[in-house]
Amino acid sequence: MRLFRFHPCGNFKEGYAEDLTVFETDFGRFSMVIGLACLAVLPFLSSPYLLYVINSIGIAAIAVVGLNILIGFTGQISLGHGAFFGVGAYAAAILATSAGVPFLLAVPAAAVITALVGLVFGIPSGRLKGLYLTIATLAGQFIIEYILIHWEGLTRGTMGITLPAPSLFGWKLTGDRTFYFIILASLSGLLWIAVNLMRTRFGRAFIAIRDNDRAAEGMGIPIFRYKLLSFAISSFYAGFAGALWAFYMVSVTTEPFNLGLSVEYIAMVIIGGLGSVSGAVFGAVFITLLNEGLRWLTDNLINLGFISQSGINIAPLREFAFGLAIVLFILFEPRGLAEMWRIVRSSFRLWPFSY
Amino acid sequence: MDFFLQLLINGLCIGFLYGISAMGFVMIFKSSSVLNFAHGELLAFGAFIFLALITWLKLPVLPAFLLTLAGCFGLGFLIERVFLRPLIGEPLIFVIMLTVGLASMFKGMMLLVWGGNLQTYPDFLPAVMGLRIGPVDVPPVYAAALVIGVGFLLLFGLFFKYSSQGIFMRSVADNQKAALSLGVHVQRVFALSWAIAALVAGMSGIVLGIINGINVHDLSAIGLKVFPVVILGGLDSIGGAIVGGILIGLLETFTGGYLSPSLRDVVPYIVLVFILMVKPYGLFGLAEIERV
Repeated sequence: MRLFRFHPCGNFKEGYAEDLTVFETDFGRFSMVIGLACLAVLPFLSSPYLLYVINSIGIAAIAVVGLNILIGFTGQISLGHGAFFGVGAYAAAILATSAGVPFLLAVPAAAVITALVGLVFGIPSGRLKGLYLTIATLAGQFIIEYILIHWEGLTRGTMGITLPAPSLFGWKLTGDRTFYFIILASLSGLLWIAVNLMRTRFGRAFIAIRDNDRAAEGMGIPIFRYKLLSFAISSFYAGFAGALWAFYMVSVTTEPFNLGLSVEYIAMVIIGGLGSVSGAVFGAVFITLLNEGLRWLTDNLINLGFISQSGINIAPLREFAFGLAIVLFILFEPRGLAEMWRIVRSSFRLWPFSY
Repeated sequence: MDFFLQLLINGLCIGFLYGISAMGFVMIFKSSSVLNFAHGELLAFGAFIFLALITWLKLPVLPAFLLTLAGCFGLGFLIERVFLRPLIGEPLIFVIMLTVGLASMFKGMMLLVWGGNLQTYPDFLPAVMGLRIGPVDVPPVYAAALVIGVGFLLLFGLFFKYSSQGIFMRSVADNQKAALSLGVHVQRVFALSWAIAALVAGMSGIVLGIINGINVHDLSAIGLKVFPVVILGGLDSIGGAIVGGILIGLLETFTGGYLSPSLRDVVPYIVLVFILMVKPYGLFGLAEIERV
């Protein structure tokens, strides 16, 4: 009878199945249900602006969960995820306008298209690793950005595409609150897939490749195939997020999908915690809140008399703080917020004998 | 034919600038195998310090130049000491993202102080230095860049070949563990290579600033252009950086001149991917031997 038992103080696992469980006690399951219930009530209590911020967090979290599969679990660094996000957004926009594909089909289709693009840009991982692969994905970022801007027949270049309002079973889906539920459902589903994927053969193969790819190959893991698979899965997530973003924002232009976005996603992965699915969500929350907080701060500071008189533009302060956050996390808590959360939890669990 | 010659000379000039911008990058990679994403910001830092010294403090050019180099040297030393030394032995992603974070910090700081507008140095180069090659004019700045670049190349060639510190640096680049066991102060070598790299970056930043004007965004974009250059030239060869820079410069100007101007910025990266697919360690790079 495991019902509502507390965590044990030590590691008393007796089999692989116990090691693989997602929830060690029913408290975890219970608190997840409570958490989901709170999230379901949340949009009725928050202001539209707050809801917009939460939706941005959700979309970023989907992309970052995918990126974490690639970076944190498979150990392949990709600097091209901002571009993959853009591919998803454009794929959804083109499907919805030119082909008239309904919302429910357009989003997964866009994600599959992005996965195929990610597969192509993952091919260099067959021969390259480490920083050479990083440079190759950097090149991928620039190449995709160029294609998005200059293939005007398909993407309408810098003009951008305006999407029709999505509908689901005859329902018009507009407004922050409706999208909140769509994003929440997608995020929960994709998180569930990611958590469980990492417990399967595939997840173990990814981790083996991350820890030592030569050794993994020696143990019979076809590393090239698994690396490609990892690229495809993570671009699927990025494309899914991009497609949701396109429908949510109503119009897509090429500007947001630059290297800065890729860097922001990697920052979320690192600050959240490499190789931790929940960490990806933490990272998305942290960076998005940091961005919004700093925007609020600079907006207020600009109105202060002595700053507007001295003529200093303090908007770059955001860029500085973003860099500082990355640097501080890497220097002081390289395993990110997920590790902090684990420390807090275990200090409760082990209290009062924490050693 | 005139058009071809014009493109050729332009390409050589731009490529040479890429080459000297990449020199500092290669120096850091060679000794500590750190991929420095903040290189463009180091270039910009040098250019702005020089600007501040000659416009705000009204120093003459030569002392301002030397002071800038000293400042960059100090900055490079400080970066290594404060930020990179704790990360020795950490996974690649942390080192890369640390330099990305530093880049963002420096960029923010420079934008805060100098703003995002294009600024220029007062004119100080003598017009006599202008060259004429056939029907093509080469402006004096390019000649100055050539002189400074070749001068630094010679200086560093001699430094690496004959000075004890230079030999230490080469030994660390060759085999870190062996150098450590033979009594080389590896940490000092890292610090020194960052300092020298920042100095070279500052120098390149000044030259770029003279030619294109100084703008944080443009200069940090050059920091990204460095990647195709070093892959082409080999990540660990300083002479190769110059060769790679010239090749990339020629490639860019010829694509811009004959194919389409918009393709110009992306063509180095396309070439980069193909080179990496054929030769995974770059054209002149050293293949790493791995053991499980």
